[in-house]
Amino acid sequence: MNLFKPALILSFAFLAVFGEATLPAPRHWLGAQIDLLPALMVYAALNADIVTVSLLAVLGGLWFDSLSANPLGVTILPLMVAGFPIYFRRDLILRGLPFAQLVLGAAASALVPALTVLLLLNGGKPPLIGWGSLWQWIVMTAGGALATPVIFSLFEWCSHMLGYKLRTEVSFRSDREIHRGRK
Amino acid sequence: MFKQKNYLALGAVVFVAVVLLSLPTRATARLKLAVGSWFLPLFGLANAGQQLPADLADSVLPRRELLQQIDTLRRENQQLKSQAVQSAAMARENDQLRNLLGWQRQVPWRLKLANVVMRDPANWWRTIQIDLGSRDGIQTNQPVLTTDGLVGRVSSVSFVSSQIVLIGDPNCRVSAVVENATHDMGVLTAGGPLDTSLVQLSYLASSANLKPGQNVLTSGLGGVFPKGIPIGKIVDAQTIEYGLATEARVKLNANLGALEQVWVLFK
Repeated sequence: MNLFKPALILSFAFLAVFGEATLPAPRHWLGAQIDLLPALMVYAALNADIVTVSLLAVLGGLWFDSLSANPLGVTILPLMVAGFPIYFRRDLILRGLPFAQLVLGAAASALVPALTVLLLLNGGKPPLIGWGSLWQWIVMTAGGALATPVIFSLFEWCSHMLGYKLRTEVSFRSDREIHRGRK
Repeated sequence: MFKQKNYLALGAVVFVAVVLLSLPTRATARLKLAVGSWFLPLFGLANAGQQLPADLADSVLPRRELLQQIDTLRRENQQLKSQAVQSAAMARENDQLRNLLGWQRQVPWRLKLANVVMRDPANWWRTIQIDLGSRDGIQTNQPVLTTDGLVGRVSSVSFVSSQIVLIGDPNCRVSAVVENATHDMGVLTAGGPLDTSLVQLSYLASSANLKPGQNVLTSGLGGVFPKGIPIGKIVDAQTIEYGLATEARVKLNANLGALEQVWVLFK
């Protein structure tokens, strides 16, 4: 089993959560921090196996919640809810098209924070929400949507540079070559 | 078989999430600290990243400007020294008078400087992480401030870091008093999700005499925040609940959006 892709996805998720906690620039400029985990989940759901998708939901959610005031585990379900339907129907999705990646990234980035806030409200731990949250939600959706094709390109590049090359079978065999003409 | 494997994975993830969410608060807090400690090796990286621009700016500053800064700081230091001598004399006098009246002695504040290393990645909370933990003697509910005013309180502590819940977060409520003739008291509650500089001062009496620019300080009630820490200034006020209560907006003195270093107060 090739563990390169799962390891790459999980490492990126770890660094993405760390980056979200340490880089204040989006919050200063746009008023909201952009979450890269939903965009990464879209990539994992379209290109990795179900174990990787599940691990990304569990570990990504745990890492995010551990640095946040969220109750531990509350982000796991929204990530899985975003990733599982995409994984289930991935054969019908044109995953190579940047527009498809953009739309799926937007949908996942809109769904994950909305579901998380819903879970928090149901769990009796009301978060800080108001009319300004609508703007934050739009920023998160747009940011996640734009980040998804970038993540796809980045992972393709990483797989190309660092991953195993596919062994291509060619029909040519030197021992079966027909030599024409006289020797 | 293919579908069964998918549903098994989905079931496992749902099971993990439900188990984590239904764990007792204490166990969750410990688990959270354990998972959060995975990021410890990157703390240094974050610090270095924050210091890099400052170091770069220092290295390109001309010598003349540095000398000017040293001169200004020397003068400021002399002024502060003379003020410290004066305030020490006043403190002694205050203690003597308190002794004469039989009042309890005031304990001087002990402060510890901490670097802000992380912010809450979620947009619906206002928390930060600092690089002081239980090894530095930090405990939960210790007040956190800057030279401008109150910032928040310690909400959870790990060995090397602590989480601070900032004013304006739903989990940080502060009993406050307005510096006016009637000393109106209220509770600082959550602010808006976008503007970190404004918070609500609620539960004020309907007769509260509030004017823009009046100072808001901690009242000392509740036992978490000592009395007299500056918080901010009144922006505006309005009566709510059909005139039964008053609510005011307070502009915080401390800039919560640009915190780099904070002071943790030891009582």
